Amino acid sequence: MQFDRRRFITSTAGLAAATSLSMPAWAKGGSLTHAKRGFGEVSGEDIRLAIGNHHFMTGGRSGHAVAVNGTVPGPLVRLREGQNVKLHVTNHLEEDSSIHWHGLLVPFQFDGVPGVSFPGIKPGETFTYEFPIRQSGTYWWHSHSGLQEQAGHYGPIVVESAEPDPRYDRDYVVLLSEFTPIHPHEIMRKLKVGEHYFNRQMQTATDGDMSGEMRRMWGEMRMNPRDISDVTGTTYTYLINGHGPADDLQLEFQPGERVRLRVINGSAMTFFNVRIPGVPMTVIQADGQDVADVEVDEFQIGVAETYDVIVTPPAGSHAVVAEAMDRSGMGVASLTSHKGHIATPPALREPVTLSMMDMGMMDHSAHGGGGSMDHSMRDKDAVPDDVKVGPGVDMIAPMPMDRMDFPGLGLDTVKHRVLRYTDLKAKRMNPHRTVDREMQIHLTGNMERYMWSFDGKKFTSVTDDPIRFGFDERVRVKLVNDTMMAHPIHLHGHFFELVNGADHMHQPLKHTVVVQPGGTATFDLTANEPGDWAFHCHLLYHMHAGMMQVVTVRPFPTPGEA
Amino acid sequence: MRSLALPLALLSAPLAAQDHSGHSQPAPQEPDHCAMGHLPPEKCPPKSGTEPAADMDHSAMDHSKMDHSTMDHSAMSQPSVDHSAHGAMTDKSAPGAAPESAVPPRALEGPRHAADLIWGESAMAPSRTQLAHENGGMKTGMIMLERLEARVPTDGGDTGYVWDAQGWYGGDLNRFVFKTEGEGEFGAELEDAEIQALYSRAIGPFFDLQAGVRYDIEPDSRAHAVIGIQGLAPYMFHVDGALFLSDQGDLTARIEGEYDQKITQRLILQPRVELELSAQDIPEREIGAGLTKVEPGLRLRYEFTPEFAPYVGVEYEAKLGETADIVKAAGEDPDGLKLLVGLRAWF
Repeated sequence: MQFDRRRFITSTAGLAAATSLSMPAWAKGGSLTHAKRGFGEVSGEDIRLAIGNHHFMTGGRSGHAVAVNGTVPGPLVRLREGQNVKLHVTNHLEEDSSIHWHGLLVPFQFDGVPGVSFPGIKPGETFTYEFPIRQSGTYWWHSHSGLQEQAGHYGPIVVESAEPDPRYDRDYVVLLSEFTPIHPHEIMRKLKVGEHYFNRQMQTATDGDMSGEMRRMWGEMRMNPRDISDVTGTTYTYLINGHGPADDLQLEFQPGERVRLRVINGSAMTFFNVRIPGVPMTVIQADGQDVADVEVDEFQIGVAETYDVIVTPPAGSHAVVAEAMDRSGMGVASLTSHKGHIATPPALREPVTLSMMDMGMMDHSAHGGGGSMDHSMRDKDAVPDDVKVGPGVDMIAPMPMDRMDFPGLGLDTVKHRVLRYTDLKAKRMNPHRTVDREMQIHLTGNMERYMWSFDGKKFTSVTDDPIRFGFDERVRVKLVNDTMMAHPIHLHGHFFELVNGADHMHQPLKHTVVVQPGGTATFDLTANEPGDWAFHCHLLYHMHAGMMQVVTVRPFPTPGEA
Repeated sequence: MRSLALPLALLSAPLAAQDHSGHSQPAPQEPDHCAMGHLPPEKCPPKSGTEPAADMDHSAMDHSKMDHSTMDHSAMSQPSVDHSAHGAMTDKSAPGAAPESAVPPRALEGPRHAADLIWGESAMAPSRTQLAHENGGMKTGMIMLERLEARVPTDGGDTGYVWDAQGWYGGDLNRFVFKTEGEGEFGAELEDAEIQALYSRAIGPFFDLQAGVRYDIEPDSRAHAVIGIQGLAPYMFHVDGALFLSDQGDLTARIEGEYDQKITQRLILQPRVELELSAQDIPEREIGAGLTKVEPGLRLRYEFTPEFAPYVGVEYEAKLGETADIVKAAGEDPDGLKLLVGLRAWF
């Protein structure tokens, strides 16, 4: 009893002094406090964040968490365009940690990637990030050390624009993520050693309506048409603002109000289908950057992307549904005009099955053909010489096609309006630039070995061979997905323009682009942020497996000149 | 607004489909240089660009400029417009741009790592090592108990047991592999037992080459050199085959193949076959040259968790050829059917 009492006192102190610098109980790894669900808010020019070990519980699942200022997710960092900010980050873990400001334009040394931008934050140390805020919009922050992000080390960023924004009356962050009671390193090991460990939606003798011929064809290729997500609802509880479906999160509104929802996918591995049945959504921002209004009924959000939508719901309680792309679970909140009324979410839809398109083949069935599969699925001549086709590459898409008009796995067949990249159009004009150079980067992998890479080379084999851009160089980059999984590719420190068919002055700006299975996506980058930057797949375990590179933009100012 | 867009979209859709899918017909329009970002805005829209249009493939035409987004997708009751097919024709190359290899010289300036300038090389070095470790450099391993089973002969006789396990540790390509298997009868002496220690190297996406040593504890102490391959064959067959050269100079081989057929997500039927061959007679082990043994079996397991799956099954075991003759001469039965109860587990 005495022990419990002491823990209670520690926990109370921890919550009360959420922003205090030292919390010895955490550092000693003694009794862990329970992290609060949801997040507080920090703002101003001097912000303190403390990373510590906690427990976390939602629904029937509980386990270890890495919390910042005692909550999962960590606090909302609210900033204002044009201000300067100092962020003092203290690491109470027993391992190195870091914070990366996802989507913020910062000097590279404050981008927060250990080994690329700075040495990391040692246990017990406080590191101070300092930079001016040059933008507005919805962003997020997360650890870039180990697999801490999976354990709760992430949170939202809202940067208010310098000018007032009259587009909405009420403003909510909708931060999507996952919680798992399994230690992230054990998840990684299970992905490496266990065949589709987390997948309980495989085709079986009794499940799936694929013909025998097609099943044999997939089998011949040693591929699984239900490989939608590597980690699923079998271990994940999907969270909205740290609240699982059982936690009844409510977002209140008054009828007639325009409600801005800042949807952030802060998950480690999950693409979400976001919808509010009966309530149309007007997309106004993608990755924090204004886009021309697009009204949709549903959109798929890749890991690390953000979409801001405006909704004007009628009186009542409406379910905000964030359904995992593989449909193994969902995050749920209630958008309600009656406090205490919980909306009833719709049932999960049927699992998604991959098609020939997702393997980078022409969809023969759509052309009336019987699907004669005479393509080689690993033709080395189909890729440039700089792609290393070794054991880490189990497939090369024979006919990869531009899929920027694809709304995401499973959303191509729904009856209502869904968002596609081709719908996005920048609201403000981009500077006019001609393309100086073109490049192609292949996204490669091996499902069985759980190896992931760019151009067939894991990060370990290119640590001294970064992707090089000249300062202010304009490069058109085509990403070719030689795998059957959708990859959200993130470039640090920059916004690139999607080459999505919008006129070239209004190509939408993004920091993360989803490359659909077996397809391509193209962006234009003006490399105008000097320094070394991480470039990686934002599926956490893909990055951990090697799908990571460094992009360097040079020359950069030497400290003397800067 | 939508009522206007709808008829327009319906009108343009069949046209667009015709135009783009029938790509044998070159489209008459000029390529849209504006959309490609070749021309400054004041020149847009150009009548005919200054670009060398002659050597331009018509496929370079920017079909993506066709505004699919204004088509009301939801209004089309059927997904008759194949968006992906349009994407296929979408060439987004930027003619006139330099190739990937033409990295500008300024991109090579400065020190190897930018952060060294700010934080110093000695501060950065450990974090860079850690970064590589955390992004592709991990090592891991597992122990897999493929079969731990009791075997009941259907024609009477003593109940036997079998174990068959392997483990590995290493990276994605290079691994240390440990295998062991053996069998006996309850209440009697161990009949067969062996262990193998192998170096395993990936030789393709699905196969590893393995080489090392095998040591037999029973029926008699014997060492072998081992070379084999293990991996996943087309149609998802797990195969493991190896050649063994004993310290007596005897060459033998063993091939195992198995297939997992999911009945439900947790109930899995596994046909499995094992073949043994010998290049010569090995009298002290009652083996004759040729195919010596075949063991087809069928196991039905239930995965309470993927790591813990008890099973029941049947297996037919037959000695073959000269080996069968030797067994028969010794007054034993060369073949038999067994009922199995066992456990597949890994950790």
